[in-house]
Amino acid sequence: MILLPTIVYLIAFLGYPLIQTFILAFTSESGTFGNFQRLMDTGDFWKALKNTILITGIIVPLQLVLAIALALFVNMRFKGYSLILYIISIPLALSDVSAALMSYNIFAPTGYLNKILLKLGVLDRPLYFFGYMFQNREFWVIVLTEVWRATPLVFVIILAGLQSINKEYLEAADVFGFSNWQKLRKIILPLLKPSIMSALLIRTLFAFQIFGVVWLLAGRDILILAGEAYYWHNNVNDPHMSSAYAIVIASVSLAISWFYISILRSKELEGGQK
Amino acid sequence: MIKKVFIVFVSILVIVWFLTPVVLIVLASLTPSEDYYNQNRILPRKLTLDHLYKLFVVLNGWRATLNSLQVAGMAIGLSFLTGLPAGYVLTRYVFPGKNAIRLSILLTRSFPTLIIAVPLIMIYLKLGISDTLFSVALAHTSFILPFVVLITTSILSGISVEYEEAGMIFGLSRFGAFMRITLPLALPGLAASAIFAFIMSWNEVFISSILTFVNRTLPAQILNTAMTSPDYFKFAAGTIMAIPAMTFIFFTRKYLMSMWGISLK
Repeated sequence: MILLPTIVYLIAFLGYPLIQTFILAFTSESGTFGNFQRLMDTGDFWKALKNTILITGIIVPLQLVLAIALALFVNMRFKGYSLILYIISIPLALSDVSAALMSYNIFAPTGYLNKILLKLGVLDRPLYFFGYMFQNREFWVIVLTEVWRATPLVFVIILAGLQSINKEYLEAADVFGFSNWQKLRKIILPLLKPSIMSALLIRTLFAFQIFGVVWLLAGRDILILAGEAYYWHNNVNDPHMSSAYAIVIASVSLAISWFYISILRSKELEGGQK
Repeated sequence: MIKKVFIVFVSILVIVWFLTPVVLIVLASLTPSEDYYNQNRILPRKLTLDHLYKLFVVLNGWRATLNSLQVAGMAIGLSFLTGLPAGYVLTRYVFPGKNAIRLSILLTRSFPTLIIAVPLIMIYLKLGISDTLFSVALAHTSFILPFVVLITTSILSGISVEYEEAGMIFGLSRFGAFMRITLPLALPGLAASAIFAFIMSWNEVFISSILTFVNRTLPAQILNTAMTSPDYFKFAAGTIMAIPAMTFIFFTRKYLMSMWGISLK
């Protein structure tokens, strides 16, 4: 009985809207798949899909490698490591909006990077990072911002995994004269696999919903799926197309989750058969 | 010795990498505009609260901030009111379908929440609460509530039932035992999760900007006005958004690992 409010709430505010989204996405003047047909016919959709996949494909591996390195470092538990831990976790508290503004502050025409480079005489006029003409640079600024902002998320998960590794394994490795690199390859990384998988899953899901950073820094210079959902809703006033985009994001997310979980499962099964 | 040098070196690298953007945006928000637009001036000659003041008072930033606070407050209230009892039941009772319920609550977390934003407008229009702060709070509750249920489940399962049972032997009702024994014990953890819930709502931008036009929350307001306003206002806005979140997370840093562990599951 006490559970009832929670269940009712989730059905009313998650379940019901979800169904509505499907209904919206699948109703159009030109039949059930009309919106999706229209979506595929526009080049924008394919660009948005390509960019979203590209951003995800670049940032997620980068974040993973950085996060593992950071976690190994913090796990050395030197004096003052808890301060470092706090500093690394600061971006966790920041929204994508403020992270975007922070990187705009650095890369703007009169931002710090340009000012410093001009002062040093590296440049003789400011380097532009934003605007339709500079999509390539914009793209890399976005990647950098996302790496800065979301690496701590992966870091926290990996560190939690590291801390749960039984010290005795590593001591045993010392007895056998393993080098640090061997310890990492043969003991730490295999034991970290579940943490790595869940970090990858979460980051991939979130990266696919990337919105704030791109919208603020690039607007529609760089099309992305969530940005298009927003654009179709707020600028074109077409909730049907917006919902179609939302459905695409949700189904890709579902596919990603399924992919990761099935990898995890098959690994577990292999372990069981041994 | 080499190890020590290595640690200091990497620590400095980490600190510079993670703190520079934060320090610079605060600095930029305090820089007078003539110094900001002067290419030859990296550090300002003096600091000014002008931009923050203008954004906050003259441009009604305080209203958006107040809106954000109200939305977060309502969402936290709603989530805990419904989520805390649910978490309690999930830890203390055994009943059929318990695992199915836990699992489905977990599942809601892996769903992109932006998908519910569009139909919610129509539902709110029918209910006559469109473009209100309450409607945004309701939407935020839909992703904060599962987090609250999961986190209270884990906090409460860390508190032994035996304390409660002892209390009940001495004549407390189950509710009384919960209020007077378990709740005080769980309070620090619950406070930390409330702060996390606050940050989730405070930072959420997609749903807020779709659901509101007049009564915008701070991130929604920034998203829709920032890029057309002068640079120094952007940085003032970024600073206003960042400072509360950073302060709050400082107080909960002890709980950081367990919170994120759960909020992401």
